Amino acid sequence: MTAPTTKAPTADDEPELPRHEDAVDAFDRDRLPTPPRATSLLLRSLLAPMKARVTLTTFLLLLQQAAVQAGPLLVAYAIDRAVPAFRDHDNGPLIAVGAGYLLSALASGGLQYAFILVSARVNQDVLLDLRGRIFRHAQALSIDFHERYTSGRLISRSTTDVESLRELLNEGLQELVTVILSFLYISALLLWLDLALGAVAVASFVPLYLLVRGYRRRAGRVYRKRSTAIAAVIVKFVETMNGIRPVRAFRREAANDADFAVLNKRHERVNGDALLEMARYVVTSRLVANTAVAGIVLWGAYRVAQDSLELGVLAAAVLYLRRLYDPIDRLGMFLNSYQSAAASLEKIAGLLAQTPTVPEPVTPRQLPALESQHPGREVVFDGVRFAYRTGGEVLPRFDLTLPAGQTVAVVGSTGAGKSTLAKLLARFYDPSDGRVLLDGVDLRDLAVPELRRGVVMVTQEAFLFSGTVAENIAIGRPDATREDIEQAAKAIGAHDFISALPDGYDTDVRKRGGRISAGQRQLVAFARALLADPAVLILDEATSSLDIPGERAVQRAMATVLKGRTAVVIAHRLSTVAIADRVLVMEHGRIVEDGTPAELVAGTGRFADLHRAWRDSLA
Amino acid sequence: MSTTRATTKDRSAARTLLRLWPYVRPARARLVTAAFVAVLASCTGLVIPLVLKWMVDGPVADGDTAGVWLGALYLLLLGFAEALLFGLRRWLVARPLSHVEAEMRAGLYRHLQRLPVAFHDRWASGQLLSRATTDLMLLRMFLAFPLTFLLVNSVTITVGVIIMLLQDWTLGLVILGPAIPVVITCMVFEKRYHHVARLAQDQVGDLTTVVEESVLGIRIIKGFGRHRSQARAFRELSGKLRGTELRKAGLLATIWGVITTLPEVAIGAALVLGCVQVADGDLSAGTLVAFLSTALALRWPVESIGFLLAMTQEAATATERYFEVINESPEQEDAPRRGAGNGATSPHRPAADDGMLFSAVSFRYPDAPASSPPILDRIDLHIRPGESMALVGTTGSGKTTLTALVPRLHEVTSGHITLDGEDITAMSREELRSKVAVAFEEPTLFSASVKDNVLLGMDEQELDRALAVAQADFVHALPHGTDTQVGEQGLSLSGGQRQRLALARAVVGKPRFLVLDDPLSALDVHTEAAVEAALRDVLADTTALIVAHRPSTVLLADRVALLSDGRITAVGTHHELLRTNAEYAHLMSGTGEAEDNR
Repeated sequence: MTAPTTKAPTADDEPELPRHEDAVDAFDRDRLPTPPRATSLLLRSLLAPMKARVTLTTFLLLLQQAAVQAGPLLVAYAIDRAVPAFRDHDNGPLIAVGAGYLLSALASGGLQYAFILVSARVNQDVLLDLRGRIFRHAQALSIDFHERYTSGRLISRSTTDVESLRELLNEGLQELVTVILSFLYISALLLWLDLALGAVAVASFVPLYLLVRGYRRRAGRVYRKRSTAIAAVIVKFVETMNGIRPVRAFRREAANDADFAVLNKRHERVNGDALLEMARYVVTSRLVANTAVAGIVLWGAYRVAQDSLELGVLAAAVLYLRRLYDPIDRLGMFLNSYQSAAASLEKIAGLLAQTPTVPEPVTPRQLPALESQHPGREVVFDGVRFAYRTGGEVLPRFDLTLPAGQTVAVVGSTGAGKSTLAKLLARFYDPSDGRVLLDGVDLRDLAVPELRRGVVMVTQEAFLFSGTVAENIAIGRPDATREDIEQAAKAIGAHDFISALPDGYDTDVRKRGGRISAGQRQLVAFARALLADPAVLILDEATSSLDIPGERAVQRAMATVLKGRTAVVIAHRLSTVAIADRVLVMEHGRIVEDGTPAELVAGTGRFADLHRAWRDSLA
Repeated sequence: MSTTRATTKDRSAARTLLRLWPYVRPARARLVTAAFVAVLASCTGLVIPLVLKWMVDGPVADGDTAGVWLGALYLLLLGFAEALLFGLRRWLVARPLSHVEAEMRAGLYRHLQRLPVAFHDRWASGQLLSRATTDLMLLRMFLAFPLTFLLVNSVTITVGVIIMLLQDWTLGLVILGPAIPVVITCMVFEKRYHHVARLAQDQVGDLTTVVEESVLGIRIIKGFGRHRSQARAFRELSGKLRGTELRKAGLLATIWGVITTLPEVAIGAALVLGCVQVADGDLSAGTLVAFLSTALALRWPVESIGFLLAMTQEAATATERYFEVINESPEQEDAPRRGAGNGATSPHRPAADDGMLFSAVSFRYPDAPASSPPILDRIDLHIRPGESMALVGTTGSGKTTLTALVPRLHEVTSGHITLDGEDITAMSREELRSKVAVAFEEPTLFSASVKDNVLLGMDEQELDRALAVAQADFVHALPHGTDTQVGEQGLSLSGGQRQRLALARAVVGKPRFLVLDDPLSALDVHTEAAVEAALRDVLADTTALIVAHRPSTVLLADRVALLSDGRITAVGTHHELLRTNAEYAHLMSGTGEAEDNR
């Protein structure tokens, strides 16, 4: 089993146009740094648990090829030995030939059957393993990774890239092993039949090898171009379909057709190039092979004519020769699927080599037991600073204590660092310096289930998973009963609209909640959070699409159902702030005002200005 | 889970594949020539054993060295011919078939762009994508190989069998023996494989959906620490797919087993029988050699039938899946209106400059049961020219739906919408959508520069004004200013930034009519105030419908309409309604919570 080697990209195999000159970021170019040998290590680790079965398949193929290749040998024996023996009334050799042929036929068929079954098992298990690994790894990677690695790429890693490996495993590897085995068997047989003839046949491998090598190089180049071309087609396609409303409303259909035609044409051309490359390979390799056959036959026939070679041997040699060169087309196809699988595997290996920047603790700690009357927990930002790895500092060093049970509103303009604060508290990010403590325990020491019993965040984008409304709410607490779910929905004011849906709580939300409005989706997201019943609740712009009564219902639920929880509410809307015990105004990553709403309104700061403007709009 | 299961009845693969004809037509000459060339090439291969026979029985037996040279020369020429013909076949079809594939893809894309928005609500983009990529590649491969080689192999096998029958008909008949069981196996196989192949393709679609959602919903999964249950769902589905794939493998294994064994047994029998005949002197050794090499030359054509049939089945499924989408009817340009029995005239038809008028507009999703209450029920609303109207209503009251009716993203179920007195169904969509500009609640950016995203084909001079209105000055601070790439393939912007670009996009062409769906929801208070100030100028002489949740947004508009349970229940200025309408006051300020939704 050969493992694809990881090559450093060279000048001629990087046809991708840089989209913006200075964006040499590995993420932008979809080329994550892959440690050397990662690809072959990945392949090896995938195959390692199947060692026994891989050996078995190889063994089956070995036997199967032996059975297949026995045919011509039996023909030679029949002509040279069995026929003369039969003339001398000795039926034995002929019966032996018949029995042998029958046996080899049954063996080759039966072994073929067994081989396909066993190898399919191996292939499917490898794919299952790989799919699972990609999925689990993508889920384990931190949010900051997901923010940089676009969803489309992640999806194509686990779909098209896995698919190309599937093709290689399903068709390619069997082809390769068969080709290699038949080369070996036939060469050995030819050499055994007649050393000189065999040697000539083996010598013909040299030009064939050169051809294959040349093809591999050229095909690799064309192939990479083709995969870039199809990727561009895919991106355009997906983007159009996901943005179909603006496309229609702004009459982009014709312009899109034209754009798409350019990308599609480019792919068509490269695709044609790839097919022509294959045609060239087929012609040249066949020419070499057929010339070799003619030459060998000439020489063999010459020697038979001069009685230095038996006729049967020549017949067998000719039959073998035809077979010897048969698989060179298939070798070409194998190289194709190999190239694409190697490229895919390299990308997958690159993804798997990413380490989560928010790792799970090795020795997790437990949160201290809650005192029954106090469901909230204390949050402390202790000397926390946050900067992106690329440099930009978002939050300069700051300290903040939120006592258990307090509802804190955070306001400020875009880019003031509100969301970063929330993400640190939800442990979507880890701070660059300092620690975030929940009841005195560093968030980094909490295992995921413990962490999520402690902190839950509801965001602005309320994504719905396919499945029913009830299932979507139950994400908050998978073991919740239907009663719990309805209770949560009622508390948040979502019960009425859910009951009005065609199948109530069992309504399928279809494609990403197409028919459920943005506000309703936010309500479902809240019901989820309510059900999760965390000690600390973070709302990041979670009411932006709600009308004011909807927002009030949420606030009421927080005051009753979630009473006593620590809450951090990030909002643009001052109506949201009304229920807070305390307001933080942020600017450029710093907290510039801190106090109760009443204090701040009464003051002269920015919050007072904002509040006045808001009240005016209601007059 | 998947809404796109096979609904088609059982239809033979051949009939399904025939539907490809219109697409294949332009390449037909090349395809036919290529098939002919391939038949020639295969037959050339079959002549080679005959030359061998001639050599063995003639020059070799006689020790005629000149004859041996001649034979080898024939072999060489035949070999060259075979190689060149096979190459020619590939050369002939390479470009035309890539073209067929590209045309089918372009056709699908064109068609999808024009299908009703309701269709796109129903279909996950992953399912559409797999049709445009893998399915079309399968079809191209089918046209390149199985289509040609099922024909070529049949011809080759027939010619080969005839050659063998001519050489020795008893041996020929022996070789033909397994034909019937092989054909029966193939037929049984074809039927079963079809079902499993379709099942596998659909399961791959479902798996893709889970992957897609787990990526798009990553924040929720992380936020609730649910990655383990998500992984479990994934494992279950991929386990199911594995099961289906193994069933496929089982079928393949059976057919390969049968197709390998039976012909080989026949060849063995022919060998023994032939040897007896040679020993008895009824047959020359050369003939036996030629006969056997012909038989062996037919091995590949016979064996390959199994996988050619499998590929054909998969191509048939792919065709089905392709046409499932192509057969959906696109938006009709001048569809006769339902409910518009009284000709093309709108109910009242003053001269131009009538603004935007909704009369008795009702709407229900086309796939909703007829008994369900309509989402919008006989809406009457008049927005005077130059006036801006805010649309207010509780969550889920149908505001967004109403806005989608104006640019005809959905079609009204009954009633009329007129713009300046002209019924929107009387004008072409092109014309309609050039009059109406929309900003959606969920701002979508395309992978293009900021400039292209805002202009969308409009005049560049408009750019700065539009960016100024939307307070999108941040774009000048981007690495390449307005040429910076954004969207999936470029820089990712925050929700508020995207919303401002979407707003700029809507105002860029100074459209006569504006439809804004909660255009400021993701903006912070300062930016919102700035945008409102700038937007007032634009709205001064634009007829606009603005969905609003907040008093601040409502104040942009001259008047407000209250949408409640699918009907317009009140129209007036913000302050009027605040005073006179309890529901409105409740919506805007949260007061009067007695009549709460409990």
